[in-house]
Amino acid sequence: MSFSVLLLATLDGLSYGAQIFLVAVGLSLIFGVLRIVNVAHGSFYAIGAYVAATFGMWIAAAGFSPWLSYPAMLLAAVGVGVVVGGVLEVTLLRRIYGKEQVLQLLITFAAFMILEDVQKAVWGVTPYFVNTPLSLLGTVSVMGINYSVYQLAVLPLVAVVVLIGLRFVLRYTRVGRIVTAVTEDREASMAMGVDSSKVYLFTFIAGASLAAFGGALASGSTSLVPGMGAGMIILSFAVAATAGLGQIEGAAVAALMIGLGRSIAVYLAPEFDVVMPYLIMFIVLLFKPQGLFSTIQTRKV
Amino acid sequence: MFAKAAMAALCAAILAATPAAAADKPKELVVGITTFLSGPASVFGVPGKHAAEMLISDINAKGGILGVPVRPIFIDEGAGANQLASEYRRVALNEGAQVMLASVSSANCLALTPVAEDLEVPNILWDCSSPRIFEDNSFKYSVRTQAHTGAEMLPAALYLVKNYPNFKTVAGVNQDYAAGRDQWNLFLTALKALKPDVEVVAELFPKFGAADYSTEISRLQALKPDVVVNTAWGGDLDTFVQQAAARGVMTQSTYVLPLGESSLERLGNALPAGVIIGARGDHYFLHPEYKADAKFQDFVKRFHDKTGAYPIYPVFHMAQALAALEAAYDGAAQKNDGKWPSKEQLLDGFKGLKFRGLTSEVTIREDNQGLENQLIGTTVRLPDYPFAVLDKITIYPGALVTTPVGEKTAPWLAKLSPAMVNDPSIITLNASK
Repeated sequence: MSFSVLLLATLDGLSYGAQIFLVAVGLSLIFGVLRIVNVAHGSFYAIGAYVAATFGMWIAAAGFSPWLSYPAMLLAAVGVGVVVGGVLEVTLLRRIYGKEQVLQLLITFAAFMILEDVQKAVWGVTPYFVNTPLSLLGTVSVMGINYSVYQLAVLPLVAVVVLIGLRFVLRYTRVGRIVTAVTEDREASMAMGVDSSKVYLFTFIAGASLAAFGGALASGSTSLVPGMGAGMIILSFAVAATAGLGQIEGAAVAALMIGLGRSIAVYLAPEFDVVMPYLIMFIVLLFKPQGLFSTIQTRKV
Repeated sequence: MFAKAAMAALCAAILAATPAAAADKPKELVVGITTFLSGPASVFGVPGKHAAEMLISDINAKGGILGVPVRPIFIDEGAGANQLASEYRRVALNEGAQVMLASVSSANCLALTPVAEDLEVPNILWDCSSPRIFEDNSFKYSVRTQAHTGAEMLPAALYLVKNYPNFKTVAGVNQDYAAGRDQWNLFLTALKALKPDVEVVAELFPKFGAADYSTEISRLQALKPDVVVNTAWGGDLDTFVQQAAARGVMTQSTYVLPLGESSLERLGNALPAGVIIGARGDHYFLHPEYKADAKFQDFVKRFHDKTGAYPIYPVFHMAQALAALEAAYDGAAQKNDGKWPSKEQLLDGFKGLKFRGLTSEVTIREDNQGLENQLIGTTVRLPDYPFAVLDKITIYPGALVTTPVGEKTAPWLAKLSPAMVNDPSIITLNASK
């Protein structure tokens, strides 16, 4: 494999890995704190994308500056996280914490299917594509290959900012310390006066917003179609499982591995393109069944 | 003992009595229609459903078929093959559907054709394209009112070789699922027969529903093939073209998009001029041969008014299926002194049937496969439309490009001669400015 192929594959893998990282890290965060595997996470991704695209079209129709479509993505992500994520946590998830995992899976899966239909009812089935964010930034040439600045620079940069931001918040702020404490031991932290319900709600909204943000960013470079959430939830499960559920940095490494693995496959063995994420997951789990970055936990009875 | 025997005799008598005689005219003709109402393929399924609703209400407005009003029941293909098969059975048995229209997906057609044989219900394959259906099996109850993948890919290859004779290298980027691989294999088989010196530089199969084609596009830029073939559709094709166009790659090679007609309007300004577009049949809302055709023009306008989009190929396929249904009932009734035909008489009515949906006439062959003309064109940008439209349109007759009866598509395509490119039955239409 020549150096140039490796370099090109790395650039492509970065942008892909960045996209799946944003969704997977939200899933991981929610699992880490709430101990719930949330299938409806894929809906946040899809709805975030649709809302961002709708904002983008409004901006274009109203004649505002197209540059506003970037802040509109952030707005869409937070909006979806608070409204859809918040409502889901308060009305549904709150009742099933600590219940059997099968039940949790079934209930979040049901929520996912309902949200999928809601999305179809609101936005219909015609693919949406708002290419303003993609075309606005133009292209750069790397070794004779044109790359879109949006995919090459914006997506990975945002992913890095999110990763550093999350690390900072969890390690160095009061809120982050409280979240970490609840993750470690809910009962002990409640005894210390932490309102754990509030922490759960806050974390869930943050995780949902991250997925919606992933969707909003994707809406700049991909078609929005019914069923897009299902594809993403499978991939982000693969990332989260490879990393070890609940591992923030692990999710970044796993997303990067899957992104690079896939793009190298397209260059060298295109037949392995589709299976690559799962092949990586399989190999990792074979040697580290709890995921790459998991620490051995003592089971609490 | 006696009761059992009597019962058996009674059953036998009922069984013997029903099929032979011409049936009484029913109060309504229930037609079960399977189509995608969910999932990514609803970009085809939902316009197909809109078309069915419009056309059936047109039929009913003039009194129905042989005076019997038609009532459609729609079944969602998006729920998976098992669920679809049981819904299909339910509609045929419990809802009393006399005719079924299946399906958008080839996989679903392959699953439902044996079910139709089981249920003995006439089944029109209205949109699916796998050549295997009639080449690997012989079905009594299923007919296809449109072409198959072989007949759709061959014209694209003929057009490419005719209009761009000097290309040497070709790359394929196709969706990783059964139809995507079939389409690419059949296209390549035809291309190699028509131009034996062609060199394949890459065969990429991105995931079905992929959101990101960065790597594929980088690789195409590095390889610089003369021709890139992408048989994708819907959101996948839109994403690929948008990402490729944003990186300036759509003008680096000659692109062939055999299902591109269904994405023209949505792609807007992303699709440049000079891209070869196919339409799974001769389906195109600006079809130059039907510029003065009142029925065609009226339908296109009404469809656009109703849905806000121009009709795409599944809409035309639905029109063909319903036109065939009407024509088969009419023909069968004529042979039956104007009385309502039985199931067998209806199936006979499909044999050799010639009918016209909205575009050119389709003939149903003795193996129940339709012969449908194919339209291929090249994109051009005109000020009248905010999206690319077609120029240099060529029509390939269904009889020329469809695998002959009794032969299999892949071996037949492999033995074609390059002389076919200049076959006199191919019609080139001048640019419609």
